[in-house]
Amino acid sequence: MLFKDYDPLKKKRLSILDEKGKIVNKELEPDIDKKTLLNMYKTMALGRIADTKALQYQRQGRMLTYAPNKGQEAAQVGAAAAMQEQDWFVPAFRELNAMLYRGVTLEQIYLYWYGNEWGSHFDEGVKVLPINIIIGSQINHASGVAYASKILKKNEVAVASIGDGGTSHGEFYEGLNFASSFDLPLVVMIQNNQYAISTPRKKATKAETLAQKAVAFGIPGMQVDGNDILAMYVAMKESIEYARSGKGPVLIEAYTYRLGPHTTSDDPTLYREDKEVEMWEKRDPMIRFKKYLIDKGYWSEKEDKALEAEQTKFVGETFKKVEQSGTEDLLDIFQYTYKEMTPQLKEQYETHKKFLEEGGK
Amino acid sequence: MAVVNLLTAINQALDQKLADDPSVVVYGEDAGYEGGVFRVTAGLQKKYGVDRVFDTPIAEAAITGNAVGMAINGLRPIAELQFDGFVFPGYTEIVTHMARYRNRTRGKHGLPIVVRFPVGGGIRALEHHSESIETLLGHIPGLKVVFPSTPYDAKGLMISAIEDPDPVIFMEPKRIYRSGKQEVPEEMYRIPIGKAKVVQEGSDITVVAWGAMMREAEKAIKLLENENISVELIDLRTINPIDEETIIESVKKTGRFLVVQEAVKTYGPGAELISLVNEKAFLYLEAAPTRVTGFDITVPLAKGEMFHFVQPERIADQIKKVARF
Repeated sequence: MLFKDYDPLKKKRLSILDEKGKIVNKELEPDIDKKTLLNMYKTMALGRIADTKALQYQRQGRMLTYAPNKGQEAAQVGAAAAMQEQDWFVPAFRELNAMLYRGVTLEQIYLYWYGNEWGSHFDEGVKVLPINIIIGSQINHASGVAYASKILKKNEVAVASIGDGGTSHGEFYEGLNFASSFDLPLVVMIQNNQYAISTPRKKATKAETLAQKAVAFGIPGMQVDGNDILAMYVAMKESIEYARSGKGPVLIEAYTYRLGPHTTSDDPTLYREDKEVEMWEKRDPMIRFKKYLIDKGYWSEKEDKALEAEQTKFVGETFKKVEQSGTEDLLDIFQYTYKEMTPQLKEQYETHKKFLEEGGK
Repeated sequence: MAVVNLLTAINQALDQKLADDPSVVVYGEDAGYEGGVFRVTAGLQKKYGVDRVFDTPIAEAAITGNAVGMAINGLRPIAELQFDGFVFPGYTEIVTHMARYRNRTRGKHGLPIVVRFPVGGGIRALEHHSESIETLLGHIPGLKVVFPSTPYDAKGLMISAIEDPDPVIFMEPKRIYRSGKQEVPEEMYRIPIGKAKVVQEGSDITVVAWGAMMREAEKAIKLLENENISVELIDLRTINPIDEETIIESVKKTGRFLVVQEAVKTYGPGAELISLVNEKAFLYLEAAPTRVTGFDITVPLAKGEMFHFVQPERIADQIKKVARF
């Protein structure tokens, strides 16, 4: 049982694939088929390009404020790959890669950051909830989803994601406590990227690890190298199956780093040193995973270059499509407030429609 | 037909919907085993089991936030918050998610949730147990807000609220939970959300109230029996959406308008209703529309709350002033 070996109070962090792409924990190396491994890698690669381009589009004034993901690809994809199709992913807001892996399209994700609510309308069967902006509140949503799964006997697990900053929020505690008191099938993954905007993790809590907060809920917790996709996969796989078996929630801390700013409005050079960033750049999850795949004979630099070209083109075309969607329809902004518009909304809509039709702006 | 009080009428509605629809769950702090502090949910856990009627940790954000997830994943949660003042720790979830999920997801995830709680003063309670907070919920797009005043309405409105595809805030006037009984049909019936009721027809002045204030307004009208004023009394029943039609039609007939609300004055529903009358019936008015309200103060504890309450005498006094303007 991994939870025993990696009890957070013993301060041992799960690691399988090191910074140089070498296996350091052979007995825990997961047996993932080639197709899945490549799918995981390609999602991370797409995420990296889409993320870089989103930043540029925002700088050009073509997108809203954007929250970059660079550096957190392994935590996200490792977690998503460990889920089964019927499981729910309940994200915070820095979740590009996990959302892509779970079936949300890049077009939908871009549409959201472009300022269009249709970016939160996912296709039928995609069991991902929309991006959550109110810090920490998604833990309760995930717990509620898990409650319904449990009493409707649906064999689903809810996987919620939260940042290290989010663990300061009351709803993190309320949600996990609620879920633990009912033994709900919930796994909460903290993406500890070391900063809540500019506040370092160490200033946010005196706890030595975030995973150890599990102790207070009476549930297992584990700290994992979040830049190690194999470790993330293994930890999440075990946690998800534990939750699925009816034993209750699990808390996983993915120890990672946000290489970029919190959002496009933020300037991380004000609060962190270059040498810290450089150190983490060496721990880039993409580099080590690529090396692992090449060493296994599953991938090559040549294929990597071709993939990059193909994905860059795809990202450009997707954004073009999103830009062409233009602004929303007047009716669109009224009609989803309730299942049916109230008499007041109908009147407000009709009045404004008439005003616009008569040349008003 | 059984004669029951408001509390029992709500219990009946919950009981019948739990029996009728396996996706309905009822929960909250103490709502399961004990049946809530007022016993509104008494007996339900025994009948429907601990999965469907249950006690939660005392954490309001968890109570309201879990409802969001439950509704997304196929349940119809009915969440109890113990008192009006305890809505606030759970308010973030109500306002930032419950009210917005349908819009956020362009209709993919509508949330059929009922959040119910006792509201208002008059039971000599502790601090944070006596507030009338309908303004703070009625203001939020995406929520429907219901506030019954009789056992019959409470049952019919609760059944409608549970069946509604959108989140409904159901306010229960605690002061009249047990006072006053009425014949309530055994079977399920529905009262539409968003429809007011003309309780008494009249021709000189329109008086609108809701919840516990209906009783006070009725007492005020009795005090005026010898004053030769014909009052049309309307029970608003739903705070949002407002039944504009019934109100405007009435004001066009009477030419005078008075709102009675227990809530504090500033920005209250009275202001909204008066605005509505000004917008839509201005030319019919014989006097400035006005309101009788609680004061803009923190609701006092038991030894001071009588000053804050809207007593029948204050209402009667205002009715006279507006009617004779």
